[in-house]
Amino acid sequence: MIRPDAAQLADAAGAERAAYVHVPFCRRVCPYCDFAVVAGVDHLTERYVDAVVAEIEREPTWGPLHAVAFGGGTPSRLSPSQLERIVSVLRDRFGLVDGAEVSLEANPEDWHEGLGDRLAAAGFTRASLGVQSFDEDVLAALGRLHGSGEAIAAFGDAKAAGLSTNLDLIFGTPGETLERWLATVEVAVALNPDHLSVYALTVERGTELSRAVASGAPAPDPDLQAAMYEAVLDRVGLVRYEVSNFARPGHACRYNLITWAQGEYVAFGAAAHRHRDRVRRRNVRRIDRYLERVEAGASPVQGEERLDAWGREVERVFLGLRRAAGVTAGCAGTALLESPAGRRLLDAGVIGRRSGRLVVTNPLLTDEASRAVLALEEVDC
Amino acid sequence: MIRNFSIIAHIDHGKSTLADRLLERTGAISERDMRAQVLDTMDLERERGITIKAQAVRLDYEASDGRRYVLNLIDTPGHVDFSYEVSRSLAACEGAVLLVDAAQGVQAQTLANAYLAIDAGLEIIPVINKIDLPAAEPERVADEVSSMLGVEPGDVLRVSAKTGEGIDELLERIVAEVPPPGGDPDAPLRGLVFDSYYDSYRGVVCYVRIVDGAMGTGEPVVFKATGERHSAAEVGVVTPAAVPVAELGAGEVGYLITGVKDIARIHVGDTVTSARTPDVEPLPGYAEPKPMVFSGLFPSDGDDFERLREALDKLRLNDAALVYEPETSRALGFGFRCGFLGLLHMEIIRQRLEREYDLDLVATAPSVAYRVILTDGSQVEIRSPADMPDPSKIERTEEPIIKALIISPSEFIGTVMELAQSRRGVMEHMQYLTPERVELTYLLPLAEVVFDFFDALKSRTKGYASLDYEPAGYRPADLVRVDILLNGQPVDAFSTIIHRDEAYAYGKRMVSRLRELIPRQLFDVPIQAAVGSRIIARETVRAKRKDVLAKCYGGDVSRKRKLLERQKEGKRRMKMVGSVEVPPEAFIQALQVDEER
Repeated sequence: MIRPDAAQLADAAGAERAAYVHVPFCRRVCPYCDFAVVAGVDHLTERYVDAVVAEIEREPTWGPLHAVAFGGGTPSRLSPSQLERIVSVLRDRFGLVDGAEVSLEANPEDWHEGLGDRLAAAGFTRASLGVQSFDEDVLAALGRLHGSGEAIAAFGDAKAAGLSTNLDLIFGTPGETLERWLATVEVAVALNPDHLSVYALTVERGTELSRAVASGAPAPDPDLQAAMYEAVLDRVGLVRYEVSNFARPGHACRYNLITWAQGEYVAFGAAAHRHRDRVRRRNVRRIDRYLERVEAGASPVQGEERLDAWGREVERVFLGLRRAAGVTAGCAGTALLESPAGRRLLDAGVIGRRSGRLVVTNPLLTDEASRAVLALEEVDC
Repeated sequence: MIRNFSIIAHIDHGKSTLADRLLERTGAISERDMRAQVLDTMDLERERGITIKAQAVRLDYEASDGRRYVLNLIDTPGHVDFSYEVSRSLAACEGAVLLVDAAQGVQAQTLANAYLAIDAGLEIIPVINKIDLPAAEPERVADEVSSMLGVEPGDVLRVSAKTGEGIDELLERIVAEVPPPGGDPDAPLRGLVFDSYYDSYRGVVCYVRIVDGAMGTGEPVVFKATGERHSAAEVGVVTPAAVPVAELGAGEVGYLITGVKDIARIHVGDTVTSARTPDVEPLPGYAEPKPMVFSGLFPSDGDDFERLREALDKLRLNDAALVYEPETSRALGFGFRCGFLGLLHMEIIRQRLEREYDLDLVATAPSVAYRVILTDGSQVEIRSPADMPDPSKIERTEEPIIKALIISPSEFIGTVMELAQSRRGVMEHMQYLTPERVELTYLLPLAEVVFDFFDALKSRTKGYASLDYEPAGYRPADLVRVDILLNGQPVDAFSTIIHRDEAYAYGKRMVSRLRELIPRQLFDVPIQAAVGSRIIARETVRAKRKDVLAKCYGGDVSRKRKLLERQKEGKRRMKMVGSVEVPPEAFIQALQVDEER
C-alpha cells in the first residue's frame, strides 16, 4: 500500500518551486566523482559568490520558493557568511514560503563545533552530511579526508542546532564486505538521523576510479551491491520514498521531491541546471568560463532542452518511477502497462499497479522500467 | 597447326604472370596495354592471387621452324573447390604446362593438378618458375618434379615469368611437344563447353572446344545434358579481344553466344551439337554441379533481405555453382540457405556480398550435405540441421567423405597425422617425395574439414603444408543433431549436425560461450545443449539484480534521460529469442570458428 498522503505529497511537489545553487569547490576531488567540481581554487570563492548573487539578481522574478538546495562540490567550502549572503539574496528576490526547506550539503572535515547554530541562524533548515561510510578502510578507499569520529561529531552538532539531518552513504566499494557495510548501517541507524541516502558506488566515465578499473583494479560487484541494498531496507526504521532515499515522515527532501515530480526550479552557478517555464537550461560547466560570462554581464546558459507534450509525459513517468509512491499511470504509464515490454516487467515483478498508480516494485531494477518508458511509441494523450 | 594447352600450378606459383608473358611475347597484347595479369579480371581474384573463372585466349605464334601456329591457352581455376571445372578445362587440351615455384617446390595442388592432367592423357611440360628469386632452388625442385613425373631433371625447363627468361624456349617446347588436336572434321558437331560467363550485354558466353565437326554462325544447336536448343547467334575467338568468325572447326577453341540469359541453363562439361544431329554420343566426363558446403546467410539488418536477394541473383549470373533458397530462422529472421562448391567458394561469395554489395551478414556454421536413410527405406539429403528427421525415423546416417592430399615437410609428419586423426581421418597412403617432403593421403569426413582444418594444418606446419581434396563418396556415421536452448526455446541458428562422439564437447563449448555473450535478464536464463530430449550441457545466466543509476545530481534530468536513451538504443538492437534478449553480435561471436579445438 502507498499511504495516500505520501502519494499526494509526492505529486503536490510538482506544483512547487525551488532554487538550486551549485558550489563546485572541493578540498580535493574524490576518485569516483564525475560532478562539476574543482579543487585548489578556494581563492575564487568570493568572486564566485559575487557572480552567483549577480546571476540571481538578473533572474526574472518568480516565487515564492518552497525549497532551496546548495549542492556541489562542497557547499561547506563557503563560509557561513557567504552562504548567508546567497540565502538572503534568494529570499529577497523570490521570497520563501512558510516552512520552506533550505538545505546544504556539507563534508565532515569542514564542520566545526557551532557551525550548526551558525547555519540555522543564516536560515538553513537542513544539512546533508557526506559521511559515505563509518568504516575507516572504506573511507580511505573512497579517498575521503575525514574519519568516522569527525562525521559523528558533525552530525551531533547539526542535530543539536535543530537542523533536519541527512547522512549520505556509499555502498559496494571494492573490498567492502556485506558485514562491514552492515556495521556502517548500524552506526547510521544508531545516530537516528531524519533522513538517509544510500548510493551504490558507480564507476563513472572519465573518473580516477574508472581509469583504475580499466587498468585492472577491482570494480564494484553489482550482485553484492544488490544484497547490500536489500539489507538496508530491512534495517532502517525510516520510510523509503525514493530509490536511494529514506526519511522520517515530514523529513523527505523537498527539493528532490520537486525534481522527481517534474516541478520547476531556478538554478545558479557553474554547471547548474534549471527547469523553468517548461524549458530545461544548463549553465556552462567550467568555473572560469562561468565567472567570465557573468562578470561580463552575459548569460552563463550554454544549452537548453524543450520537450514536446509526449516528451514531457514520458519524462513525468520516468522521473516519478524513482519514487516509492510511483506516478499516476496517465497516458504514458497506461501505454507502458499495455506494451509487451511493460507486461514482461509486470511478470518479472519490476513494476506493478497500486491504487491506480504505476509503481516500481523492485527499486534495484528501476532503470529497466525507465528505459521501457522511453522506448514507448508515442500515443495520443 | 593448332596447339591447345593449359597452365596448371599451385596457388601463387606464377600462373597468371606466365600467361601475361606469353600473351605479350606472341604479340596478343602490346606491352603498352599490358595490365598485370590480364586473365584475372575480377578484383577479388587479383587480390587473393587466384583465378575463379577459366578463360581461353588464342595466340598466334611464328615458331623457329618458320611456320605459324595457333596456340590456345586455356586458363584453369586455381583452387580445389573448382576441380571439376579444372578437369573440364583440361579435357579441352592436349597438353599442360606444369608450373612449379623454384623456392616452394611441389605443393599439394601441383600434385593434384598433375594427376588430373595425367588422367586426362595430356602431354605435360614441367616448368620451374621464379628462378630469379634469391631463395630459388631449381636443382632441388627439378629433382622433386623428376621423381613425381618420372622425367629427367634436365628436361625440366627453368623460366622466370617475371623477367621473361626462358619464355621463348617454353613456346618452342609447346609447339614441339603438345600434340596437335585429333578429332574428325567431317563427323557431326561435338563441342565441349568448358566454361561460361555472363555478359550484361550479350547474355551467357560459352567457351567451347570443338572436338568433331564444325560450328558456324547461325547454326541451330542443342546442349545434350540440358536439352536446351538455341541458335549460335555468334561464334568467335578471343585474341584477347572477342573476334567473330564464320565458323569454328575441329580442334579449335572459341566462344559461342546463343542469347541465353540464365547461366544456370548452360552447364560446364555439357556437349553442344547441331540441331540436325541431336543424337550424337555426348563427350565423356559430364557431371551436374553439386554444392558440397551449406551455410545460412542472414542480413544483420532485417531490412536488407531484399538487397541480399538481389545481390545473390546478380552473383549467380556468373556462378552456376551457387545455389540458394530462402530460409527463415526464428533467431536471425529472413535469409538464404546457400550451397557452395567448397570452403573457398563460400568465403569468396560472402566477401563479395559484403564488399561489392555492402551487406552486413551473419553466417551460420557451415554444414555439409548429410544423407539419412529412413526406417521406411527411403533416403533424404539433409542440408540444414532443421531438416534432420526425428531420431525414431532414422535407420542410419551417412556423411560425405573427401580424399585429402597433404604435402608437408617431413619434420611435421607427426603433428599432421595427429591432426588428421583427431578429425576422424583414416590414412590411405604415405610416400616420401624426397627425404624432406612427404605426401599423405587421408580419407576424412568433409564436415571435419569445413571448419578450420586448413588453418589448423597451416599453423601446425608453420605454413609449409599444402592441401588438396576431392569428394570420395559417403560413409556411415553416427550423427546427431545438437540443439541449443535458451530458456527452453531452441535457437535454430545454433543447431548443428555432428558426430555423436563430439556432441558433448560441442554442447559444452556452445553453452559456456553463450553464457559469456548473453547479458543478464530479468529472470534466470538456462542455456542448454540437447540431443533430442536429452540435455547434455547446461549453464545459467543469472537474473540481473541491479540496474539503477545513482541519483540525478543537481537537477540534471536531461543527462539522465540521454544516458537512458543511449542504453535504450542498445536494447532496441537486441534480437528476441522467446523472451530472451540477445545482442546480434552474440550470434556472430558464438558461431565463430573455434580457436580452442
